Amino acid sequence: MSTASMTKPITENGILFPSKVMLDLSKLKKVYSTPKGDYVVLEDLNLQIMKEEFVTIIGHSGCGKTTMLSMIAGLNPISGGNIAVLGNPVKGPGPDRGVIFQSPSLMPWMTALENVLLGVNQVFPHATKAQRKDIAKYYLHKVGLDGAFDKKAIELSQGMQQRVGIARAFAIKPKVLLLDEPFGMLDSLTRGELQDILIEIWNKEKITAVMITHDVDEAIFLADRVVMMTSGPRAKIGDILDIEFERPRTRKSVLEHDDYYTYRKHLIDFLEH
Amino acid sequence: MEQEITLKKESQPLAFLKPLVVKFTPKFQKGDIISSLKKTGITIVSILLFLGLWHLGSKALYNKEAAYKIEKALTEQGQAAADAERACIASGDSSCQPNTLPSPAQVWSSLQALIADHKVITADKAAFVEKMAETNIKLVEQGKDAIVYTGRASFVDIVLTSIKTVFAGFLLALLIAVPIGVIIGLSPSLRSAFNWFIQVFKPVSPVVWYLLVFMIVKTLYIGDSSDNAFVISFISVGLCAMWATLVNTAMGVSSVDKDYINVAKVLKLGTFQKVFKVILPSSLPLIFTGLRITLSVAWMVLIAIELLAQSQGLGLFVWEEFQNGANDSNAKIIVAMFIIGIIGFLLDRLMLTVQNMVSFNKNEGV
Repeated sequence: MSTASMTKPITENGILFPSKVMLDLSKLKKVYSTPKGDYVVLEDLNLQIMKEEFVTIIGHSGCGKTTMLSMIAGLNPISGGNIAVLGNPVKGPGPDRGVIFQSPSLMPWMTALENVLLGVNQVFPHATKAQRKDIAKYYLHKVGLDGAFDKKAIELSQGMQQRVGIARAFAIKPKVLLLDEPFGMLDSLTRGELQDILIEIWNKEKITAVMITHDVDEAIFLADRVVMMTSGPRAKIGDILDIEFERPRTRKSVLEHDDYYTYRKHLIDFLEH
Repeated sequence: MEQEITLKKESQPLAFLKPLVVKFTPKFQKGDIISSLKKTGITIVSILLFLGLWHLGSKALYNKEAAYKIEKALTEQGQAAADAERACIASGDSSCQPNTLPSPAQVWSSLQALIADHKVITADKAAFVEKMAETNIKLVEQGKDAIVYTGRASFVDIVLTSIKTVFAGFLLALLIAVPIGVIIGLSPSLRSAFNWFIQVFKPVSPVVWYLLVFMIVKTLYIGDSSDNAFVISFISVGLCAMWATLVNTAMGVSSVDKDYINVAKVLKLGTFQKVFKVILPSSLPLIFTGLRITLSVAWMVLIAIELLAQSQGLGLFVWEEFQNGANDSNAKIIVAMFIIGIIGFLLDRLMLTVQNMVSFNKNEGV
């Protein structure tokens, strides 16, 4: 465990080549103007996320995690600093950064398949109709929705809707996957199932992922690194913890690992101090 | 009216008849049957109660007017005249019947008279067409207009004219209000530009709309001898009724769930796709609520507008019967009232069914 060395931005150590960096946040700042003056949510936030890395972000409610994620997605304007994907600055939203929202955000009037196709049609305009359908069906199959292709989204349970959300995000083959507490609204049993599904697809696709969570166990189970954010205002990266479990992981092997409780204690200590 | 009711029994979407349907469907539980029987029973009892109260009320009014007539004959012309008047009223002779709120029985017989009258007119029309068939063929061969039947319209024709007017008006409202609603819903600046317009014209009364449309259509029809009453009435109906749809559409479009918009942004959907795949479907429930209000407003203002426009519909029928003052006029007015009510109700159910078919969240009918 080399947790101490990770508290500083990685480039300062000069360990990694920039070409391995997928997502680069530097000196990121977010200011909301309020009647009582400016409110600085994030300030001087630096974070680099490598290709094929799964990073979870943990921090207290209201610290600006979601603000940061929506700025990466391009849905929220940047007040200062930079966000770059493979060296290209982010200018607004785009399908190279897939988002899985906290609520499934499916179009309720469309079927599961149509919801996934909505993105696929957009990203693969030159594929034939059949090919696009195959892509959508493949990912729906991957999330375990074989029998529900033609069900209207509104007829699906919350957990099934979020499965469609996962399929929709992976099917557009983004460079970066942004997950904003995607399982926060689910019961713990369903949450576990969906974590397994997510990590299974992710093992195969290895899409760089940034996921916000409130759940310490979820953060450890899924991540290569857990990023801890300080409480706002002027939130920044407080600490970074490397999770050195081998992949593919199973829930059982993680829970039985000797380091598991050390990691867990580290995170909880950070959140409680 | 009997025929109306049997018709209704067969169409599924009419929720209030479910108890009847349920009763004859064996797969339902015993509790369901009992509760549906109860519901049907309560409905029947309330209808009987209504008819009973109506009967008693009309009887009291009848007696009051009869007593006044006899009293008047007595004071003005003496005992003999009063006795004659009393005998005349008791005999049921139409020349001296009190003219007041008709009883349910009178209304029922008026309905039957209207239906019989419809049959006579239909037969007349058929005979006329047959008689004129040869002449008309010759006329057409000579390049002249065929002679068409121009006799009195039957009650059924009148009802059909009214329905036609409402649908034409509704269609006009839909074609104007939905596109404009979508456009101003999409653009906040257009919304503020249109706002005063909507606020000022929304509360304008049907009569004024009629006059406005009359001014314009009259001029447009100069030199054209054809009957413009229908055109004037359906345009007025449409303009009166479109506001609910306009406001609801604009609101629906401007208040689409932020999550859907974010999804559209992340997927970088084009404007066309964004409007047709995300914004419109998600505002359909509100648009349809607006259209439902529009249809019921259209039906409500129809009567006043037909009356003013002299269009051969129910509005004019009611007014002419009132002016006519014949013995069964009041009963005919009440028949028209029920027909108007029932058709209005059926139109609302029709809209609700369409709404449930196209919307993703199902509404329960009230």
